[in-house]
Amino acid sequence: MSPSPPPPLTLGDVAVGESCEVVAVRGERRAALRLLEMGLVPGTVVEVRRVAPLGDPLELRVRGYALSLRRSEAARVDVSRS
Amino acid sequence: MSSAPPPLVLLAGNPNSGKTSLFNRLTGARAKVGNYPGVTVERRSGRADLPAGGRVELVDLPGTYSLTARSAEERVAEDALLGRGCPVPAAVIVVADATALRRGLYLATQIIDIGRPVVLALNMTDEAEAAGIAVDPGALAKALGCQVVATVATTKRGVGEVLAAVERALAEEAGEPPAADLPEGLAERLVPIEQAVAGAGLGTTPREVRAAATWALLSLGDDDLEVPEGLRSAVETARRAAEADGVDLDAAIVGWRYQRVDELLREAPKRKADAGPTRSERVDAVLIHPVWGFVAFALVMLVVFEALFAWSEPLVGGIEAAVGATQDLARSALPGGPLRDLLVDGVLAGVGNVVVFVPQIALLFAFITVMEDSGYLARVAFVIDRVMGGVGLNGRAFVPMLSGFACAIPAVMATRTLESRRDRLLTMLVVPLASCSARLPVYVLVTAAVFDPDARLFGLLSVGAAVLLAMYTLSVVAALGAAAVLRRTVLRGPRPTLVLELPPYRMPTTRDVLLATWQRVRRFLTDAGTVILALSIVIWGLLNYPKDEAAAARWEAKRTEIAQTITDPEQAEAATLAVSQAEAGEALRHSAGGRLGQAIEPAILPLGFDWRIGVGIVGAFAAREVFVSTLGIVFDVGSADEESVPLRGALRAAERPDGKPLMTPLVGVSLMVFFVLACQCMSTIAVVRRESGSWRWAGLMVAYMTALAYGASLLVYQVGRALGWGVS
Repeated sequence: MSPSPPPPLTLGDVAVGESCEVVAVRGERRAALRLLEMGLVPGTVVEVRRVAPLGDPLELRVRGYALSLRRSEAARVDVSRS
Repeated sequence: MSSAPPPLVLLAGNPNSGKTSLFNRLTGARAKVGNYPGVTVERRSGRADLPAGGRVELVDLPGTYSLTARSAEERVAEDALLGRGCPVPAAVIVVADATALRRGLYLATQIIDIGRPVVLALNMTDEAEAAGIAVDPGALAKALGCQVVATVATTKRGVGEVLAAVERALAEEAGEPPAADLPEGLAERLVPIEQAVAGAGLGTTPREVRAAATWALLSLGDDDLEVPEGLRSAVETARRAAEADGVDLDAAIVGWRYQRVDELLREAPKRKADAGPTRSERVDAVLIHPVWGFVAFALVMLVVFEALFAWSEPLVGGIEAAVGATQDLARSALPGGPLRDLLVDGVLAGVGNVVVFVPQIALLFAFITVMEDSGYLARVAFVIDRVMGGVGLNGRAFVPMLSGFACAIPAVMATRTLESRRDRLLTMLVVPLASCSARLPVYVLVTAAVFDPDARLFGLLSVGAAVLLAMYTLSVVAALGAAAVLRRTVLRGPRPTLVLELPPYRMPTTRDVLLATWQRVRRFLTDAGTVILALSIVIWGLLNYPKDEAAAARWEAKRTEIAQTITDPEQAEAATLAVSQAEAGEALRHSAGGRLGQAIEPAILPLGFDWRIGVGIVGAFAAREVFVSTLGIVFDVGSADEESVPLRGALRAAERPDGKPLMTPLVGVSLMVFFVLACQCMSTIAVVRRESGSWRWAGLMVAYMTALAYGASLLVYQVGRALGWGVS
């Protein structure tokens, strides 16, 4: 039996201070398009800068500006370690 | 003299790009603020003078990140830019934050592509220069094919150049640049859509056709836009075909545009990675810190709350005194009669009811503008979103919710800082459950009447404080609970998301803050104010008419009798006062409002209230604190305030027809619970109607709050009575 493939890494799994590269944005189209248009297109490097004091949302650095997303939104963004 | 309207120039840009600041500088504060037809999105417009003497009509569009409309605001901006259902603009000024230029150019290239003459204002270039990421406007202009001006709106730098560029853009014959260059694979997939666009007459030149096709691809799907059916099906087919090949067209189109933007900026200097933390990052290290962040947050909110509660007090007092003085003046200057009563007690008092809100509205909006322009409001949302998100509210809703504890009127207006209409409606509908300061006199009076307020609970807390704590807790729980229920029922929809930009910290300018505050106050006075005035007069009429002429003559005779029979002046005065109070009480009971109170008695008896409390509740509709003075008149002790000893005594002594006491502790609690939950404030209803754009939402709010108040009071009274709690 071959081992099942590892679950895809999402933006929600990335530790604070680490960077990653966007692979795809999944989920409901409107919300996904919103994330794309805010600059999270495949190939973009994103850094997780901070977590809000209560554990949610996250602060990201994308294309030279600071963007905040809830963990539930970040979990739709598949990433790879860059 | 030509009477043709001046050319229309739109001001577009991302939120936080300093668009409104630039607008204020371009128009010199001669802005008109109105609503777009059909939606409650603010439309700010003004005239700007061009250097050569011409004039343009400038419209400040709502902030938007792209032409793919999501919220009502973005829809308005998109319609205006595309000329959908409104005049096509002669030129567009696109404002881009030079410190976050990629996102700004994402929007700017879309507007350039649809074929509008564009002037790009690279705003906040001072910050960008300081961060070492400044871009050469000349090079960018060449690459984009539009005019580019470096600006710093807050210091007026580059404002004159923007107007000169607009003048040139209006004078130029629009050239026809080729269609935007798509990668081959993507261009092929777009061909059927472009054919549909051209077939429907939505574009003539190749460039317009391509721009319309990319727009349609991103915008159509789960929308409610009116487009030719052929275009819709072409988009659907193209998307299906791409999916079958494993291509996400949305990601491909958006990715292509960002790639274009990256190429435009290839030569632009980048901020060095080792440049160290920026000023904003150092500030955020404190303001979003797990401990200090909350301390700062609590302090800021405390100041806002203190301002609404305490700082506004002298201003409100001053306005009330001025209105009172005007009433006295008018009363002495005019001949007595129904017309004078209407003018003095109806109209002037109604004007007072409107103007009295101005200090709180002005203070709250000054604070909110400072928080928004400085970038702190976004941090508030960031810090508190976890708590608010739990019940389906947006983090930004915290400021309106908190303000609601001072007064619902400015709080409902403050919901404008929320981007999505659904979030705004939800917040607006639950804000009135926050226990506003006008409820306080009711709690104080009722507590004093039914409890010994100085008694201690567990030797610590006074009963008065415990009651207040309980009422405020009930109010918070009710507001959050109502939000959770509304989000799952009438305001159901796609799961609310938070996509929030945290802009760099910036110093707000006094001018922008004062202008924003003044515009809010003016809109309140002209919009909600007129409704509040009209309702004030109606309620005054209800509580004063019809008059009983026979009774008036009878009381007059009694006064004459006192004057003739009682010789001691002090005794005579006391007796006359008692007669006047009894007369006022009888007149109120005789009035339409008084009869309404009596008519609703069967409905409110199960809550433990009798008709006298019913009259008070009717009167409270003018403003909750009026409950106290109305009760004073009903109980024949004259107009009273919550500290009035005679009124407390009268309440304690009041009996039901069967001789049992009226105001038992249980009835007191039931009454206070009713006041926490009921929406009996016509000003709130008027302002919700204005801000939501329809009576439907205002009606829903009144209905659900009344049902909630009635149900809760019923529960308290019936359960309490069955268990024998506080019945004597």
